[in-house]
Amino acid sequence: MGDAWTWLSEPWGQAFMQHAFIEIGLVGLVGGWLGCWVLLYGVSYSAESLAHGMFPGLVGASLLGLPIVGGAAVGAGAAASGIAGIGERRGIDRDTAVGVVVTSFFGLGALLALVPASPPGIQELLFGDVLAVSRQDLLVTALIALPVLALLWVLHERLLAVGFDRSTARAIGIAPRPVELAVMLLVAAAVVVSVQALGSLLVVAVLVAPAACARLLTHRLGPMLWLSVAVAVAGGVAGLYVSYYWGTAGGASIALCLVGAYLAAMAAEAVLR
Amino acid sequence: MTLVAAHDVAIGYGGRPVLEGLSFTVDPGQRLGVLGPNGGGKSTLMRALLGELTPLAGRLELTSRCSVVPQTERSRLDYPVTALDVAVMGSVSRLPWWRRPGRSERRRAHAALAEVGLDELAGRSFGELSGGQRQRVLVARALVQDAGVVLLDEPFTGVDAASAEVLAALIDRLAAEGRGVLVATHDVDQARAFDRVLCLNRRQIAFGPPEVLTRAVLEATYGGAIVAVDEGSGILPAHHCEHEHDHG
Repeated sequence: MGDAWTWLSEPWGQAFMQHAFIEIGLVGLVGGWLGCWVLLYGVSYSAESLAHGMFPGLVGASLLGLPIVGGAAVGAGAAASGIAGIGERRGIDRDTAVGVVVTSFFGLGALLALVPASPPGIQELLFGDVLAVSRQDLLVTALIALPVLALLWVLHERLLAVGFDRSTARAIGIAPRPVELAVMLLVAAAVVVSVQALGSLLVVAVLVAPAACARLLTHRLGPMLWLSVAVAVAGGVAGLYVSYYWGTAGGASIALCLVGAYLAAMAAEAVLR
Repeated sequence: MTLVAAHDVAIGYGGRPVLEGLSFTVDPGQRLGVLGPNGGGKSTLMRALLGELTPLAGRLELTSRCSVVPQTERSRLDYPVTALDVAVMGSVSRLPWWRRPGRSERRRAHAALAEVGLDELAGRSFGELSGGQRQRVLVARALVQDAGVVLLDEPFTGVDAASAEVLAALIDRLAAEGRGVLVATHDVDQARAFDRVLCLNRRQIAFGPPEVLTRAVLEATYGGAIVAVDEGSGILPAHHCEHEHDHG
């Protein structure tokens, strides 16, 4: 018993693990909650694209010695404008526009990352480094995460109404476009929030896996939101344990734990049905 | 006071009219049956009344808010909402964007569900309800919107006989409470029971009391494709008969 307690509590005595815990708590709260809307609005692909498309922004920030969050914001903005710009051309559907923009942006990022002048640490940008989060990083994360959570709270019924039936939302006095735009802006903010912990390639795990897991287990929105947040935070903490005791990469361990939760839910659902 | 007044209105998309020559009125307490074939302009008229389309010509005057009861097969049945959630949606437009519906809006939604006889199912998931019950939940949402004009888009499609009876009584009550009720329908016999009828086939064919539904008017409305079921009142649009035939 004593041993188990020591095993469980030991990591949290270290400052870097405490920082990682708070970071992953905020990321889990935002990702788990917003992820439910990502799922219900069917925008997982767009979310993944934003996360990958911002890669040159991350590399640029690291080349210039600027905060990674700033680079993420600029990169996500540029990728979103690129997708919107190409998507307006006749004869090019949205998925194609997204594919073209994401691969070219990601290629550009890789090109920048591999020039000799680049500082080492491209791995960090691709896969995140949750164990290196500083107090200042935490502050920035909180400053973005809190307004996102507040907006999710305030807009709840509008999000629900537009997702329920877009074509009649206007008839009940809710314009669907601003609500859909808000979803994409919130996704962009969530991606920026999570990039420090999970990197450009793994960010989408926290947006999709916990919500998908919760959706399998309940058909009610309230429990789905709570469950999704709980899975996101618990998966994050489990990932930190794995990383601490087995010396694995933090971001990848968290992403695997989140996907593991989804697979477990799938198995549970199959058995119960 | 007239709730809806159309004066020689034309409605269309991208500058080209798809529905012309609309001149009709709806007064408080009136039930208006809107008849016409698919593509005849029933949905276009509803969209114009809801303010989604602006008339290309003429004047369309509304002195009251409009609410709509859409066809339920368009809503997502796997979507995680309860009957109460759907009813509460009717109150959102009255609140500024930073305010969420609170206790009073919830109470109103419960009252509206009680009015359509579904308060005991308030916590039930929308997708688990029967077609008729879903239709009634959407009527409750319209009640919460507190609109003077209620539009129902084919409310009896895919609804069992018992629910259809409840819905018909509900339509009567909405009108008895002083609202104007527009019901888009395929059922000529049903339209005969309303106070006024409006026949559309890309233009207004007829408007007036149910007596205007002569064989000639119905032929013009349904492009000649009508079938006399028996002598007297039994005239149905041909596709309606095929539909009935398919099912049994």
